[in-house]
Amino acid sequence: MSEQLHQKMGLSDQEYALILHLMGREPNELELGMFSVMWSEHCSYKCSKKVLQSLPTEGDQILLGPGENAGIVDIGEGLAVAFKMESHNHPSAIEPYQGAATGVGGIVRDIFTMGARPIALLNSLRFGPLHYPRVQYLFEGVVAGIAGYGNCIGIPTVGGETWFDPAYQGNPLVNVMCAGVLPASRIARGQARGPGNTVILVGARTGRDGLHGVTFASEGLDETSEAQRPAVQVGDPFMEKLLLEACLEAIEKELVAGIQDLGGAGLTCATSEMSSRAGSGMIIHLDRVPCREEDMSPYEIMLSESQERMLLVVENENIKAVQDIFTRWGLEFSAIGQVTGDGLLQIYHRGEKVGELAADFLCENAPVYDLPDQEPPYYQKLKSYDMQAVPQPDDLEEAFLELLASPNIASKQWIYRQYDYMVRTCTAQGPGGDAAVLRIRGTAKGLAFSADGNGRYVYLDPYKGGMIAVLEAARNVAAAGAKPLAITNCLNFGNPTRPQIYWQFKHAVKGMAEACRALGTPVTGGNVSFYNETSGEAIFPTPVVGMLGLLENLSCQVQKGWRRASDRVYLLGDLAGSLAGSEYLYALHGVLAGDMPLPDLERAAFLHQFLGEAAASKVITSAHDLSDGGLLTALAEASFAGGFGVEISLPHPENVRLDELLFGEGQSRVLVGVSLEKERDFLTLIRSYQLPWQLLGEVKGEKLTVRIQEEEPLIDLSLERVKAAWEEVISCCLD
Amino acid sequence: MKFGVIVFPGSNCDLDAFYMVKDVLNKPVEYLWHHEKTLRGSDCVILPGGFTYGDYLRPGAIASFSPIMTAVHAFAARGGLVLGICNGFQVLLESGLLPGALYRNIHLQFRCAWTHLSVENPHLPFTAHIPSGQVLKIPVAHGDGNYFCDPETLETLKKNNQIVFRYVTPEGNLDSRANPNGSLEAIAGICNARGNVLGMMPHPERAGESLLGSRDGQFIFQSILKHWGESS
Amino acid sequence: MTAWKAEIQVTYKKSVLDPQGVAVEKALGALGYDHVEKVRIGKYMELLLHAESEEKARSQVEEMCQRLLTNPVIEDYEYRLQPVSLERGTGQTGS
Repeated sequence: MSEQLHQKMGLSDQEYALILHLMGREPNELELGMFSVMWSEHCSYKCSKKVLQSLPTEGDQILLGPGENAGIVDIGEGLAVAFKMESHNHPSAIEPYQGAATGVGGIVRDIFTMGARPIALLNSLRFGPLHYPRVQYLFEGVVAGIAGYGNCIGIPTVGGETWFDPAYQGNPLVNVMCAGVLPASRIARGQARGPGNTVILVGARTGRDGLHGVTFASEGLDETSEAQRPAVQVGDPFMEKLLLEACLEAIEKELVAGIQDLGGAGLTCATSEMSSRAGSGMIIHLDRVPCREEDMSPYEIMLSESQERMLLVVENENIKAVQDIFTRWGLEFSAIGQVTGDGLLQIYHRGEKVGELAADFLCENAPVYDLPDQEPPYYQKLKSYDMQAVPQPDDLEEAFLELLASPNIASKQWIYRQYDYMVRTCTAQGPGGDAAVLRIRGTAKGLAFSADGNGRYVYLDPYKGGMIAVLEAARNVAAAGAKPLAITNCLNFGNPTRPQIYWQFKHAVKGMAEACRALGTPVTGGNVSFYNETSGEAIFPTPVVGMLGLLENLSCQVQKGWRRASDRVYLLGDLAGSLAGSEYLYALHGVLAGDMPLPDLERAAFLHQFLGEAAASKVITSAHDLSDGGLLTALAEASFAGGFGVEISLPHPENVRLDELLFGEGQSRVLVGVSLEKERDFLTLIRSYQLPWQLLGEVKGEKLTVRIQEEEPLIDLSLERVKAAWEEVISCCLD
Repeated sequence: MKFGVIVFPGSNCDLDAFYMVKDVLNKPVEYLWHHEKTLRGSDCVILPGGFTYGDYLRPGAIASFSPIMTAVHAFAARGGLVLGICNGFQVLLESGLLPGALYRNIHLQFRCAWTHLSVENPHLPFTAHIPSGQVLKIPVAHGDGNYFCDPETLETLKKNNQIVFRYVTPEGNLDSRANPNGSLEAIAGICNARGNVLGMMPHPERAGESLLGSRDGQFIFQSILKHWGESS
Repeated sequence: MTAWKAEIQVTYKKSVLDPQGVAVEKALGALGYDHVEKVRIGKYMELLLHAESEEKARSQVEEMCQRLLTNPVIEDYEYRLQPVSLERGTGQTGS
């Protein structure tokens, strides 16, 4: 075995030395390949593990934390929710349609693997500026890929967020989240339990696609093979739909002892993780694996990342029943081996042993690195930026319309009208709301989901930005009236071996951990995506948070649009925001700088609690979170959604710029609508909380009117005109 | 009155049709597996939306050869009520139970959106109890809803009053902006000459409850029940 | 029995608007190929079949095209048929 081979496979010399030590001999090519994929960052979290340990993962509501295919949260009445988010950034940068589609396929398998019926998909996308043809190609392809896969399998895509910034031009982000519902007592596990049980592979045939998808492109590993090795996996949503139905049926009938999907690192990952988790081993016969191409080598079969495959462990007396289910769904079914009790993976091909190693070597013995970190020079410089250098706009109305026309603020309807967000007829609030809300059939409950992450904030200050990602996601579900329960995340960063990137990562996770603790929303799992760089330029550090919230009573759901003329408009939280890192500052002045105020975590927790109570007692008619674009943008969005105008009057505190007042951004700010009949009850409730609040005005007419106290209006625009600035922006960018 | 909802491999609105009947109409309903040879005594059979066989080859093409389709043909020939929604409509066209074809939306994108429908033939078992002049708010969700037929077929459809729904504005006017897919003459649904087989792209089963944004889909199902002499 | 390879091309009928063709024609125009017209996007299928004679092979292909492979309401098809030697395998493999 040549020394270079391990390097070609992405293993360092030290890692190779560790492998020699563990094995007590030189690994063969197959074994080395298995190490290389399992010790990749994707599978082993070797560079992130130390930092991730600071995230809280426990809570009364948590039935299953990180470590399995998805985390599981108790929602009462014997039901639980499995949810997880994952990135598919690199595949989407190469082939946007298939990259995004297979991302959806992968996350859906993670959910039904747990025995949960998938009920919702969300996504969080980042692209470069839309006027670049390459960006348009990526953007249109990714959206079509998500639509193509999600629509076909019949899981509604109910929400998400999309953001455009030059930082993502060469490296788009495609993060997809899936949630499913299952009985709390029937969680399926990715464990190879019971020596003697049969190991079964079902679903698509194994091909040469995606070899080494988790490490690197594998040229020349097998010079004898003439076959083309396409790196891009192609998704087959129809196959996935059949797999989903068949697997859930087998799990519901309690015929499955263990189950795991084949994702990154394919059969290597599934066999080793299932064995390692159960403390068992497996004998696998590769010639029993149905292959799509002739003469695939053991190496190729073990490392293939062909999509839509599942590995099942079944007690022998149940094999016939399981086979019947898969046959009925028209799926290929193949017994490929046995569970053993010795902790070893023994790989056979055509009767010959081609590899043998302990499952734990792959899953438990990967090195863990504590990488050096260093504060980047930009950090202090941007923090101390003098905002006085930013001129105030002469015409605030024009500035407002320009801000609304920024693709980051503008309507995302062009995207979500391509997603079937209604299938399964449980969507009570689809895309475009603060959070997506779904009913749970057979109960009065509802679930709320949101996916958020502002990379610009995290770039300016990873610690505060990490906090803000959690706060915003929680605030979105709270605004819908739901109680934030738990999060999943996707941590998208550059190359962690660069100390300045690792510094961003460490501080962002620290901020997230503190916010999660303060809000009581533990982390149930997620995914780390490093090396998001092009030509040495990293993306903005972008942790994306997927939040799960629970509405005990779906009929108390609150939406963002104004409900009725004459409703009073109140602002909860600070009157003025900050220009630091704001969309206004970037979109209108081209400046990315500033020092965001440190979020008040306690106040956030109070606010979310208040929103839950206000929704349950029905003292508010609407609620809308203030985020990108600040107060004026939020007012406009509530007007678009409700179809009513609004007339408000603001105090003008000293030392606050008008643009700060109207467009500044900040945490824990929410607009609520209150009916005249319930105003007294609302005031009683809000006064019992330690939260700043103020009356701004009322829902009225068909205009958006904003004045300072009793002065002439600063903004006085017809809703029609304001909406026109916001509505078709993305379509226009693409034409 | 008993409903049957056919489940083809890749159907995904079977559940929505099922719950529309069971929870909203409170009527008996069961799933019918595509391999079955009978409709198990269903009085109205629904071919639901979805992506049968992944829409591979053409939407509905492969499903139209399912064993159960023989029973559907016989049932339709006896005057049984058949409702094909979205992909179910595509299956009905591919199997020859309805004339014409559905192909790619003119803008080439999947479209999930609320649409408004005018009722062009209010005298069918599916439409007789829709209030006169009512514009129905019912959503679409499809990539291949662009209806096409040759001019002779179109003439026949018109002559026999087989055009059942058209896409219109909320006020009930024809307007190309109200047509979500480029469909010929804004056709959203058609029936056979006898009027017992209806195919439509919009999803009435998604418009059964105010929680979902509209209850107008109920008018179609209530019409079916009343035709059968039942009320819900 | 001889094996025959059928290569089938399916396109929308001339009377049917081909939205993909229109979009591609526009895109070609934007790239400067403004002398291009009548772009039609179709499908290509190939299959192997066994038949005693070319005549029987043709009638089978025709029948398959009319029953399943195309929708005669909107699509036209053309095909080529050629005998093949099976020694190199069919391209499809088992496990």
